[in-house]
Amino acid sequence: MMYKLIVFLPLIGFLFAGLFGSKFSDRISQLVTAGLVTVSAVLSWMAFADVALGGNQYTVLVLEWVSSGALSFDWAFKIDTLTVVMLVVVNSVSALVHWYSFGYMEDDPSKPRFFGYLSLFTFAMLMLVTSDNLVQMFFGWEGVGLASYLLIGYYYKKPSANAAAIKAFVVNRVGDFGFSLGIFGAFALFGSVMFDDIFASADQYADYYINFLGTDFHAITVICILLFVGAMGKSAQLGLHTWLPDAMEGPTPVSALIHAATMVTAGVFLVARFSPVFEMSPTALAVVTIIGATTAFFAATVGLVQNDIKRVIAYSTCSQLGYMFFALGVSAYGAAIFHLFTHAFFKALLFLGSGAVIHAMHHEQDMRNYGGLAKKIPFTFAMMTIGTIALTGFPGTAGFYSKDMILEAAYASHAFGAQYAFVLGIAAAFMTSFYSWRLAHLTFFNGECRADEHTASHAHEAPWIMRLPLVILAVGALFAGVVFADMFVGEGRFAFWNGALVTSVGDVLDEAHHVPFAVKAAPFVVMLLGFIFATVMYYKVTDIPERMAKTWDGLYAFLLNKWYFDELFNFIFIRPAFWLGRVFWKKGDEATIDGFGPNGVSHAIAFVAARARKLQTGYVYHYAFAMIIGLSLAITWFMVTGSSH
Amino acid sequence: MVFNEVIPNLGIALPEIVMAVGALALLMVGVFSTADKAYRLVTNLAAALLLLTAILLITQVGGERQVTFGGMFVSDGFAIFTKILVLIGSGISLLMAERFLKEHNVAKFEYPVLVVLATLGMMAMISANNFLSLYIGLELQSLALYVLASINRDRNRSTEAGLKYFVLGALSSGMLLFGISYIYGFAGSIEFDVLAETLASGEASVGVIVGLVFLIAALAFKISAVPFHMWTPDVYEGAPTPVTAFFASAPKVAALALFVRVMIGAFPDMLHEWQQVVIFISIASMFVGAFLALVQTNIKRLMAYSSIGHVGFALVGLAAGTQEGITALLIYVAIYLTMTLGAFGAILSMRRGDGMVESIHDLAGLSRTNLPMALAIATFMFSLAGIPLLAGFFGKWEVFKAAVNADLVPLAIIGVLTSVVGAFYYLRVIKIMFFDDPAPAFEGGAGRTVSLVIGVTAIVNSPVSFLLISPLTVAAAWAAGSLLY
Repeated sequence: MMYKLIVFLPLIGFLFAGLFGSKFSDRISQLVTAGLVTVSAVLSWMAFADVALGGNQYTVLVLEWVSSGALSFDWAFKIDTLTVVMLVVVNSVSALVHWYSFGYMEDDPSKPRFFGYLSLFTFAMLMLVTSDNLVQMFFGWEGVGLASYLLIGYYYKKPSANAAAIKAFVVNRVGDFGFSLGIFGAFALFGSVMFDDIFASADQYADYYINFLGTDFHAITVICILLFVGAMGKSAQLGLHTWLPDAMEGPTPVSALIHAATMVTAGVFLVARFSPVFEMSPTALAVVTIIGATTAFFAATVGLVQNDIKRVIAYSTCSQLGYMFFALGVSAYGAAIFHLFTHAFFKALLFLGSGAVIHAMHHEQDMRNYGGLAKKIPFTFAMMTIGTIALTGFPGTAGFYSKDMILEAAYASHAFGAQYAFVLGIAAAFMTSFYSWRLAHLTFFNGECRADEHTASHAHEAPWIMRLPLVILAVGALFAGVVFADMFVGEGRFAFWNGALVTSVGDVLDEAHHVPFAVKAAPFVVMLLGFIFATVMYYKVTDIPERMAKTWDGLYAFLLNKWYFDELFNFIFIRPAFWLGRVFWKKGDEATIDGFGPNGVSHAIAFVAARARKLQTGYVYHYAFAMIIGLSLAITWFMVTGSSH
Repeated sequence: MVFNEVIPNLGIALPEIVMAVGALALLMVGVFSTADKAYRLVTNLAAALLLLTAILLITQVGGERQVTFGGMFVSDGFAIFTKILVLIGSGISLLMAERFLKEHNVAKFEYPVLVVLATLGMMAMISANNFLSLYIGLELQSLALYVLASINRDRNRSTEAGLKYFVLGALSSGMLLFGISYIYGFAGSIEFDVLAETLASGEASVGVIVGLVFLIAALAFKISAVPFHMWTPDVYEGAPTPVTAFFASAPKVAALALFVRVMIGAFPDMLHEWQQVVIFISIASMFVGAFLALVQTNIKRLMAYSSIGHVGFALVGLAAGTQEGITALLIYVAIYLTMTLGAFGAILSMRRGDGMVESIHDLAGLSRTNLPMALAIATFMFSLAGIPLLAGFFGKWEVFKAAVNADLVPLAIIGVLTSVVGAFYYLRVIKIMFFDDPAPAFEGGAGRTVSLVIGVTAIVNSPVSFLLISPLTVAAAWAAGSLLY
């Protein structure tokens, strides 16, 4: 019952806000949605205590769903440690974002819609993480995609928001296509879409091959890579990442909830959930590692030069997701989920903090127009600083435990690509530190405020309802690491995960605890270097960045334009697709199908009908004539064809 | 026994006898009651008589196939099933008529009597087991209908309709008699049972086939199948609306039943021959029904073409020639009856200050002036179009399934395609009702009976039909089974 409540309370909130939102005052919708999600969040922590700490596992049947031949699955919740960790993350952040939005969306004219969407998203995300089979997961997967689309395009009067929403949707379709192929493949191979069946029988299929275009492919590898393609779309990994920065068009609380803490981690969750299957395919794991590490590096480089405060954090998210993936790739599943867990806190904190900054600055998002805000909004400054040190992995903070664990695991692993991941990971850690502090300097120091007179003088601290969530998240960002490190990645992990992830004595996490000191110190050193560089460039000698940009203008433009991914995609996919679409539309659809099909047929029908109508003259002798003709035709027919059987 | 040959077993024909006696009695009642009360009194009594007949029929349910009057009259499950449908059609259209007739000054007591006599003719047709009894039943029905069509004799359109119907009906009767005489000449009998036996052995001669074609032409006229349909739109439009409602319901059912009775009862082994003709007129009807309805703006004409199209669909079941096909046809007809009665109920409610209106565009924006009625009409239109979940879908589904199972796949495909075309004009009505700017609201209401009919038929046609379809299927299968004995 408790689990059903956790999952369905947000749905009730959504339905209430959606159906009755206009009947009551906005405040009622806000309170109902936020209240229900908060109850969900509290229940999630109770579930966490019961399952993760108490060692219980459940399968909660909601209803029988499909039973069709060999395909049979129910609507059921698989409640294990992995699920409850996700429940805690999703519901906690969602509840905080709901409350935060009270303040942030104060001036918005359609609050019930916003809160309804938020709750809808929460429900879909819960559906995703509680699913016990692939189809139900796909339902949640598409549900979060929909909610994300709706929320990115929330300011639907803004063309750029609509474009971003469509882009997010379309890019995710690519990933979803891979995911659905993966589901079909899994069903074809394992004969089931239920997780328990798949994991139990995975070993038997280790030597199966799929023949495609005359070549044999290792079946499990193919399925894993297809599922990973789905994960790449949702989690904005290199190639399918282009939608995430644009998604910042949505309101900032949305960015915090969906595009930082929860939805984008769905891909990580998916791979972690399938860890028993991925374990059987080193090739697939290597793909995950390489893509993840490259993304971590790539996104960090782009983050260096962005000027929009939310885009910097968005690229940072992309980069951190890369970390999670290469952790998965080197089989450090616990570390990946741990980073997911801690990242949710400090990234949500950073986003909500930046929301407070944006709120203070009258929705100005360009950091070049900030500056010197530390004095004006000291509370926000403090919160952002906590988020920043957690993100950069300052010892003792949450990020320190999880990120360092990932890097150590990458170093310790012998898997293909692990060293590549380690090197890029360290480089990315340096850049993470640099761009995070660059953001902090540009926003809070760096001389006086560069915004116009009016904005600068009206910069104000956010109301308490926006500040309180920041405090809670800051606590998490500071202490989530130290409290949970042992359970997620330490000695306690066997009891903690309890089979939800692949864990074994002597695995890569064990080895990671015994890496040389230099390796352990490396992240800290690069973090410090990043801090120093940023401080020098943006606090001390503030003309360095400009000169560097001039000196290496090619590189600067390359980074500023995000490695030209959008332009590349535009050239390779979008323009040919538009051209093809236009050909099909104009020549194929309008000229051929419409011309001869619906329009042609309807013209022909109208023509025939108009002619046939003329036969209906109203004269009896015409009617009689028609009868006689019909009769004669029938008789002639028999005369001609003969009468025999 | 000698006794039995002199006095036939009248019990089998008891419902018909009761109706015949009752009709004459009603005539007396009408004559001897005061003029202003006669119509209402006779109408109510006529409705009671129809109800009584239906009850008598129901008591016969479950009996064996029985013949009487020297084999001229047959009573079986098929007859009972279709007669009950006919009685429902007659009774409801009779009850819906009152207000309209009073407003048009034609509320004469002859009206219900004529309806009863026509119904008696239909019942005789349905039970015909011999060409003579067939002809008598058919003419009794037709004569009553001719008069009904022109009952509003002060109005040109009505008299024109009656006259057209009469002239063309006479032509078709001539064809019928000509065909019967050919069949008698070449096959040597006019009894269905004997014909079926005779024709089972050996090949049918050309003469029998020619006779059969004439016969089919005449029957096709009665069910207004193409190319013998041309009277239908004019008569439907010209006749007073309650009469049109009656024409579209009971006689249609009776004529289709007769068609089936003759084809299956008298010519079971000439399936190959008559199937070709039936397929032809079925396709032609579906096409004409679909295409010509597109350009209609008068809703009664629209319903005329709609009924032509629906006859085409029903004939798909007959074309299959199997028990499944006949079952499908019966299901189709039963559902069609409810749709058409409901639709005409709605048409009878289209009234403004200056009288009845009949243009489709008078329905514009009905959803805003009278939502329940708009919803009811939408239900009928969706059902007539055969949109899934509504009753009309089941009928189409059954006949096409039967056709496919009888290896008539092209026929089924054509049926589906024409129903797509047909969907257009049904949906157009819905579009006009829901999306066009409102026309002035209808006035005066529909009257209790009409509202009740609209409501009940709308519910029956709504997805509630899921509950009704399986008992209907059982009954239709039983009826069809008795026919093929």
